[in-house]
Amino acid sequence: MPLLTPQTQEDGDYSLVASLDNVRHLSTILKAIHFRDHATCFATKNGIKVTVENAKCVQANAFIQAGIFQEFIVQEESVTFRINLTILLDCLSIFGSSPMPGTLTALRMCYQGYGYPLMLFLEEGGVVTVCKINTQEPEETLDFDFCSTNVINKIILQSEGLREAFSELDMTSEVLQITMSPNKPYFRLSTFGNAGSSHLDYPKDSDLMESFQCNQTQVNRYKISLLKPSTKALVLSCKVSIRTDNRGFLSLQYMIRNEDGQICFVEYYCCPDEEVSESES
Amino acid sequence: MKCLVTGGNVKVLGKAVHSLSRIGDELYLEPLEDGLSLRTVNSSRSAYACFLFAPLFFQQYQATTSGQEALRCKILMKSFLAVFRSLATVEKTVEKCCISLNGRSSRLVVQLHCKYGVRKTHNLSFQDCESLQAVFDPALCPHVLRAPARVLGEAVLPFPPALAEVTLGIGCGRRVILRSYQEEEADSTVKAMVTEMSIGEEDFQQLQAQEGVAITFCLKEFRGLLSFAESANLSLSVHFDAPGRPAIFAVKDSLLDGHFVLATLSESDLHSPAMCSPELHRLAPPLQAHSTPHLDDFASDDIDSYMIAMETTADSEGSRAVPSIPLSPGLRPPCSPGPFSEDHEAEPSTEPGTPPPKKFRSLFFGSILAPVHSPPGPSPVLAEDSEGEG
Repeated sequence: MPLLTPQTQEDGDYSLVASLDNVRHLSTILKAIHFRDHATCFATKNGIKVTVENAKCVQANAFIQAGIFQEFIVQEESVTFRINLTILLDCLSIFGSSPMPGTLTALRMCYQGYGYPLMLFLEEGGVVTVCKINTQEPEETLDFDFCSTNVINKIILQSEGLREAFSELDMTSEVLQITMSPNKPYFRLSTFGNAGSSHLDYPKDSDLMESFQCNQTQVNRYKISLLKPSTKALVLSCKVSIRTDNRGFLSLQYMIRNEDGQICFVEYYCCPDEEVSESES
Repeated sequence: MKCLVTGGNVKVLGKAVHSLSRIGDELYLEPLEDGLSLRTVNSSRSAYACFLFAPLFFQQYQATTSGQEALRCKILMKSFLAVFRSLATVEKTVEKCCISLNGRSSRLVVQLHCKYGVRKTHNLSFQDCESLQAVFDPALCPHVLRAPARVLGEAVLPFPPALAEVTLGIGCGRRVILRSYQEEEADSTVKAMVTEMSIGEEDFQQLQAQEGVAITFCLKEFRGLLSFAESANLSLSVHFDAPGRPAIFAVKDSLLDGHFVLATLSESDLHSPAMCSPELHRLAPPLQAHSTPHLDDFASDDIDSYMIAMETTADSEGSRAVPSIPLSPGLRPPCSPGPFSEDHEAEPSTEPGTPPPKKFRSLFFGSILAPVHSPPGPSPVLAEDSEGEG
């Protein structure tokens, strides 16, 4: 027990105990999905999955695997609770969000079970902060039923190539249209705004393209307001996998490398805005 | 119309669009035989700007498609600016930029060919329009200043970003003075600071104006052109006439020229002693010659401006523009030479007497200042009505 906290309970009394010597490994990943106030957390022995949803159309999942933590104990099969993500992030960065070089904030996170608050012990330079965040009734999360066997088109891009595109999206356009095709234009992002339309084309042999597996031309539109928050994950990531399934559902998987070189994943699912007939593309 | 811009010229074009965006909400794009013209005018028609990019600026330039009449178009500044939003990215990733105007589809197509084969295509909707042309002739302006943009850029750097207008004039010893312009308002507590920079004649490539002349114009637009001229490493010339007459700011090189025509205030507070108008010149020895007998008075009266004077001094280190906040004895920054510097001898010593510091101070803050005369001339019409004859 590295932290000087009064231990009235044994670790065995907690259904979840997780320790981390650099809290940024957790807070950075959580920021990537922070586009709504509330999140649902699922912990299993493999790690924690944090889910944020909006408008029953978009879901973001952050996976923090057990290996990221120095200590990770889950007593039950799975532990689920809902929490205010904004407050959780505020607490995690209570010693400042960009600490001085050389100083790390350590975290010990404990959860006793249903009805109990989430306890955070944060320590930096011998100073300990204890935060208790009330947990809420877990809500059922959406099942997008996105199955890799139904994936029609898949592209893996270096995030660098998409970053600028997403930060400069014409937000007067209601939708972002994604075209994926084995033929030209291969991979195209289009917006239709007040000032006119914009297309961004990526050739399949571009150096940015790590993998290009498109079997069939698909043109789908997604609400730009729903996809825009994924920019947060995009800027942190080094690679992104873009997949669409036979229903036009979109999966964006971001590979995020933390300061220690460990890899975490953030995933966004989004359902298409409407059917687009072939002729309209 | 079709033109192709490559390499560093894409950024030059982008930079020009950025500086035009400081003025108007609409961009007039007109392919001419002698180059591509980009123009704008602000909503109150008090500022007009145009750039002309010579055909040689482009890798390929075709003003008219064969058999077609030349098109002119007006597009939203915002949408054209969006194409070049991040100049850093443009510089880093864009290799080629192709602009074409297609009358049939009524779209202005801007295509950026970027690194890694990525291609961005913007189809911008446009309106047909008449030609926008301001009537101005730099040759008719009696006063001309010309200096490297860097010199003027460094001189406007210390002005607060929110400052609306700046006064440019010729002070004592033919120093060029830039001073923050204060509107005369009863509650001057917020604006109780004047920043002034003075630049020596030797920093100018041309200085054709006598002492005492001055104009007051909008800083925002001026900054726009300055930042363009600085990035292109060009000289900027200012052609001006009496207060109230438009001033013309121009940059030019072999591939492009740019003109900004800005309205100037007809009333000008340059009759203040700070600019050394003749009558006060007699009263007050010039700035540099002041000794500092009243330092304590003044500094304690207005410690804030004293602090700022020092900051300004520190900021402009390495700049050739001399910060000259020490308009009055007390504001002299401590790092400047002693009270009796060698400047002293150079100044006209025949004029006796130093004005009482209080008076100087109130003049400095404009509180007892009234414009001596404000010629109520007709407001200059800078741009002809676009609905006029074609």
